[in-house]
Amino acid sequence: MYQYDKYDQAMVDQRVAQYRDQTRRYLAGELTEDQFRPLRLANGLYIQIHAPMLRVAVPYGMMSATQIRKIADIARRYDRGFVHFTTRTNFQMNWPKLEDVPDILAELATVQMHAIQTSGNDIRNTTTDQLAGINADEIEDPRPWAEIIRQWSTFHPEFAYLPRKFKIAIIATKEDRAATQLHDIGLRMVKNHDGEVGFEVLVGGGLGRTPVIGVQIRPFLEKQDVLSYLEAILRVYNRLGRRDNKYKARIKITVREHGINHIRELVEAEWVQMRQQLKLDQKEIDRVKAHFTEPDYETDAASDTTFDEMLAEDQDFARWVKQNTVVHKVPGYRAAYISLKKPGVPPGDITSEQLDLVADLADEFSFGEVRSTHTQNLVLGDVKQADLYALWLQLHAEGLATPNINTLGDIICCPGLDYCGLANAKSIPLSKQIMQRFEDVDYLNDLGDIKIKFSGCMNGCAHQSVGHIGILGVDKKGEEWYQFTLGGSSEADASLGERLGRAIPKDDVVDTVGQLLDAYVELRHEDESFLATVRRLGIEPFKDRVYADANN
Amino acid sequence: MQMQIIKDREIVEDNWQHLDDEAPLTKGNITVSLNRWQEQHDILSKHQDGLGIRLSGDDPLEEIVPDLARFQLVVLIFPAFTDGRCYSYAKLLRERYNFKAEIRAQGDVLFDQLFYMSQCGINSFELANPNRLTNALSAFDQFSESYQATVLRPEPLYRRR
Repeated sequence: MYQYDKYDQAMVDQRVAQYRDQTRRYLAGELTEDQFRPLRLANGLYIQIHAPMLRVAVPYGMMSATQIRKIADIARRYDRGFVHFTTRTNFQMNWPKLEDVPDILAELATVQMHAIQTSGNDIRNTTTDQLAGINADEIEDPRPWAEIIRQWSTFHPEFAYLPRKFKIAIIATKEDRAATQLHDIGLRMVKNHDGEVGFEVLVGGGLGRTPVIGVQIRPFLEKQDVLSYLEAILRVYNRLGRRDNKYKARIKITVREHGINHIRELVEAEWVQMRQQLKLDQKEIDRVKAHFTEPDYETDAASDTTFDEMLAEDQDFARWVKQNTVVHKVPGYRAAYISLKKPGVPPGDITSEQLDLVADLADEFSFGEVRSTHTQNLVLGDVKQADLYALWLQLHAEGLATPNINTLGDIICCPGLDYCGLANAKSIPLSKQIMQRFEDVDYLNDLGDIKIKFSGCMNGCAHQSVGHIGILGVDKKGEEWYQFTLGGSSEADASLGERLGRAIPKDDVVDTVGQLLDAYVELRHEDESFLATVRRLGIEPFKDRVYADANN
Repeated sequence: MQMQIIKDREIVEDNWQHLDDEAPLTKGNITVSLNRWQEQHDILSKHQDGLGIRLSGDDPLEEIVPDLARFQLVVLIFPAFTDGRCYSYAKLLRERYNFKAEIRAQGDVLFDQLFYMSQCGINSFELANPNRLTNALSAFDQFSESYQATVLRPEPLYRRR
């Protein structure tokens, strides 16, 4: 993975010093709340219900074992011994002290980590596919490009005070594990007619109050032009984006109000003027790519026979392998998901002790690297099949091997009213109840791929509008109610869910999920997924089931 | 009393007057709004001393480009420090329209934004709080490098590594 050179390190160190001084001036009364807010947000610090919340960047989801140990250590000493991974592959700590944050950032900087631009109206962490670089289907490893974009977007002087936040995701496969169609800019590596690799550029996707699926602004962009094209889009947005209403300030609204054709004309006009100046040279592309070379895979990993023996011998292991591991481009290797969705635990949470174990396992079995995912899990990307059983035993012992990846149990959930100052309703306790009610692994396995996304308010941090089942907490006269949507998807077949009907009271939420599942099991064709069934039949039969039962 | 400003990383006395649209023309260095410039173009063109124009992010930058050579100062107005439009204006003025004279930030201009403003080509600053001018000079050295192509360092870091 990428290693800082003296320039990268100096910038992060200077950022810590800058923020230390800003915190000092705020505490001394030299900065007002309003003046300090954008500064702390640009360093990942929110003020929440109980305490500040610090969001730390995990650029494109890559972490070293050393970094994981540092995260565990910081969570232990400055927080309550756990962290929460987010849908944008970052992690959050929910209980740091505001005055400790400069020290936390200084500690992070010692392992090449930071909280730069994890909040605020700036360019956020660029995310990618958690299987980048290890997936046989990909056109090219997208991570060097994510790193090139990370550097360009870090402290970009022109774009630090945008109309609103700005998120970029990049993938290199047809399958979309990074929700590129729901980002302000989605970059998809594609081949043109001549077989050259470049980017298809999407713009104007987003979730939140007004979910929108991004549209293509350019079918093919040559690789060395990626920064100039991004800069052109950002400049047009910085000038044109609305600043009178923060709910209409995202680029999705700019695109809607001006039309994609007009936006494209403006961007292209801007782009031709700066294209030469910002052209990437091959030397730089090669320099960054050199950080993402393949590890020393064993060439005879596939000749191992113990893996098949253990699969036959241990049903629990076999179930975990089927559900939580995926095929690797190198024969004899697999990528193993570490499920952060154990029933009873808030989705995405992991303790310091578990982090230490993950770091050790990464060192022992996966070249010392760990990836975080859009679905709030972790991945060890390069595990030999012969090592999977030993890995599983240790994960299992620490509650990190629940075989529920991509099942109903793999709920995406925001912090909700338990932590978040914006939330209208709780999300974690109900997610836990859903996971506990539908815990039976055979049942989950039978249901197959069902993505529940659960947000505690319409800001939609858990992306409920693109959940196969979306659940949105709303406040009705001081009571928590829940609005269901069905049939959304954030993947290659992205779509927005359709509203099921009137909101459901809190006590009925888990039962409602049960009714939807019962209806699906009755209605599905053989091997038909939940999403396919909803798309074939529409929401009516599901609606009938839920509201007919409610009327009895 | 003359106001002090920061210009080219030094504290200097300001020798410009910012005229309202109703204020009578005076001798000396003056700035006017885009509106006044467009309405009184002929009279203002004959102004003997320095002439400057004030622009906010609402003003269409491209309209004054043909007149830029006439101005010794462009004032960019930040109604709130969170309004980032004029960062793009400054960069365009320097890089695309080749404006060499003074570009000044006015309005909600605070210490913590000076570094980015300077990288975008703004070289003088009327701070919202003029009591902190001396401290403010350190803002320009907060970072020793920028990844991007900026006005102060036109070659992006990736060409200099």
